Amino acid sequence: MSRKIPEQEYQKTLSFRLKQWFDGTKDPFVDTVEMKPQKEAGRDENIDWKRKREKRQRIERIYDLAHNWEIRSFNGFYRIFSGVFCLFLVAMLLIAVSYLPSYGHPENPANNEVAKRYIESGLDETGAVNIVTGMILDYRAFDTLGESHVLFIATCTVLILLRKDSSRSAGAGSAAGNGTEKDIEESDRAYEPKNDVILQTAARVLVPPIIIFGIYVILGGHLGPGGGFSGGAIIGAGLILYLNAFGFQKTERFFTSRTYKVLSVCALGCYCLAKSYSFYTGANHIESVIPLGTPGAILSSGLILLLNICVGIVVAGTMYTFYVMFRKGGY
Amino acid sequence: MAFVQNFPFISILLSLFAGPVSSVLNGKWAKRLNLFIITVIGVMSAAVLRFVLGTGQEYVYTMGHFPAPWGNEIRVGILEAVMALFFCMIMFLCVIGGALERELEIEESKQNLYYIMVNLLLCSLLALIYTNDLFTAYVFVEINTISACGLIMIKQTGRTFEAAVRYMIMSLLGSGLLLLGLCFLYSLTGHLLMSNIKEQATLLYASGEYHIPLLVSICLMSVGIAIKSALYPFHTWLPDAYGYSTLSSAAILSALVSKGYIFLLVKIFYRVIGFDIIRESKVINVLFVFGVAGMIMGSVNAIRENNINRMIAYSSVAQIGYIYMGFGLGTTSGIIASIYHIVSHAATKSLLFVAASGITDASAKSNNFFDLTGAGYRNKLAGIAFTAGSLSMVGFPMFSGFISKLLFAQAAMENRHKIMITMIALAISVILNAVYFMKTVIRIYTPEKKTVVIDKGFEEIGFWEQPSKSAALVCFIALNVFLGLFSEPVIGLIEKGLAMFS
Repeated sequence: MSRKIPEQEYQKTLSFRLKQWFDGTKDPFVDTVEMKPQKEAGRDENIDWKRKREKRQRIERIYDLAHNWEIRSFNGFYRIFSGVFCLFLVAMLLIAVSYLPSYGHPENPANNEVAKRYIESGLDETGAVNIVTGMILDYRAFDTLGESHVLFIATCTVLILLRKDSSRSAGAGSAAGNGTEKDIEESDRAYEPKNDVILQTAARVLVPPIIIFGIYVILGGHLGPGGGFSGGAIIGAGLILYLNAFGFQKTERFFTSRTYKVLSVCALGCYCLAKSYSFYTGANHIESVIPLGTPGAILSSGLILLLNICVGIVVAGTMYTFYVMFRKGGY
Repeated sequence: MAFVQNFPFISILLSLFAGPVSSVLNGKWAKRLNLFIITVIGVMSAAVLRFVLGTGQEYVYTMGHFPAPWGNEIRVGILEAVMALFFCMIMFLCVIGGALERELEIEESKQNLYYIMVNLLLCSLLALIYTNDLFTAYVFVEINTISACGLIMIKQTGRTFEAAVRYMIMSLLGSGLLLLGLCFLYSLTGHLLMSNIKEQATLLYASGEYHIPLLVSICLMSVGIAIKSALYPFHTWLPDAYGYSTLSSAAILSALVSKGYIFLLVKIFYRVIGFDIIRESKVINVLFVFGVAGMIMGSVNAIRENNINRMIAYSSVAQIGYIYMGFGLGTTSGIIASIYHIVSHAATKSLLFVAASGITDASAKSNNFFDLTGAGYRNKLAGIAFTAGSLSMVGFPMFSGFISKLLFAQAAMENRHKIMITMIALAISVILNAVYFMKTVIRIYTPEKKTVVIDKGFEEIGFWEQPSKSAALVCFIALNVFLGLFSEPVIGLIEKGLAMFS
């Protein structure tokens, strides 16, 4: 026999709220989600007009197209020639490719003693079950060392281009400096809803598994498919999702530009030192003291695990920093 | 293995590691670290040169526990050591010569980023010089491209952004073609190591198998590197990139970055494909034609330019044309002349950029040609330096430019078909060079009216006002005169090094 409960208590139950939502009498998100409609990415007419004027000036004054027969004839020539040249290049490359050894044929020149040794003795020599990891981080580690510095220098170039430094505005006066910082914060949020519950709930569920999966991919790089580059990209994606859901205030508690600098210096330094050791011992025919361990165990394959972690840190930091720079220009 | 033999590897790793370390230092310390690293690497390169000269033999340094076709390796010979030493010297002088401009033009908080770029650029140049593996070369070409881009745009004006975008598009196109050529070559030979590719390529060429893809891959690699080093029809990114970037960037870019690529091309010619195949493939004839066109058109463009920095930049197009013309002659002496010209042009062009900045400093920072009247009197050292650089470019005896032009002419004698064109092109180019360089020299030594000087706020600049720049200028002039007067030992080293190459 069912018990009758008072009205007030009933209103607190889940089933009542479900019924309300079903009937459409009350929206559960009202008052809990900030419902500011997104602003249209409006076009400022002033800026538009300025741009048009600049374009006109460029054509009229700098290039002087009306009287400059040289540039006009060059433009005409350029249009025709670029088309012809592209067709020529495409034809040339297609013809050249058709003469290449057929794809996947066992007699191809690429299937030689180099690949043979990688496949046959890669496991014994590097201790990595994943031959590809063994190749990039042990046989040809010098290339990968360069490659991880490519990522680092790409980040630095983006920093040069996009980082907004407060030093300039602070020099103009502290009040103005505060104003610009506030402007940056506001313009960052102008086109996005703040504190979106759906996004936040999803992020709360998704971000930990994503980051843990990224760590797994990095740590298991020598045992199976994976490695520093892919794992680092996964962690970076997780960080970006977290940033989108919770904003800069939350992420800056644990990840600032200083963190990035220190992490990347440590990771790249670690990589450099570890590899210097193995290059030096290798070239001077000194026996390396680093054991290879049992293949298949997590602590095996010499330096590869450490190098994977370093690469992973660099890649994750690079992805996150790229995103932050393009979005806000500083953190 | 002697300990000296580790030095090339240590110098690559040292400059590589200095990049990340600079990111946590402030601008001042990053600069000190950078100068220290360049000096150390220069000293180590000198030691390596001495060692290699002593043994008279190249040696191979395995990077890791696995021998060459499986692992990476670097190869050290006389030419490599000479280039490394020389590049370090030029880079050191460029960095100290442009110190004042950098402090003015680059934001305080971004100063250390500049030295990250310089360190990694040096590292990539060293790796390009020493590597014996084509794919390693490609990886470091990437670093080279990105850091050069950063060096251009760190001044952060509209002009430099545009120049950097242009540079990046053209340079990435070049990298793409280089990579494509490399892929072709890999699928034909199955190797990435230079010596192994050469073995296979010689066999393939003898048997006539895969003739067309081999030819296409040679073309792709040559064109890719030609784009990256601004051979004439691909030079459009150059004047803005050199003309508007900050002084030390312009000097480093013109003196070192393009030369690193050209050195890689020499390596590809000699150590990857084999010079006989290159000569028979007729690719060098194309390079010859474009080189000759560049020699003349670069100078014509320079004559029409009123901005002194852009004028010097356009003159680079002409000088790169000389180098490719030397390749196009298809003889070993042509290559030697080209390599000597790499050295001589690097020393002269960086001197000109630094001297030009000294001259413009004395003309209220105006780059305009007509504002430079009498600047040679206002900044005496810069005036002398600019004159020395101009004379070297024109090919006046006693300066390095004379020797390289002499070597080109001698090399042309050995090639019966191209002797006429080479001689005529050399003559025309020298006259055109003289037109714009002597025009500038006469302009800076034409006295300006006192009223104009006061009107425009031109200042006199003494020797001790800009000590670092003055020191750099004196060293540059000394280097130029040294290369002009004592060219025999340098040419001897290049000859010996090139003999080791094949």
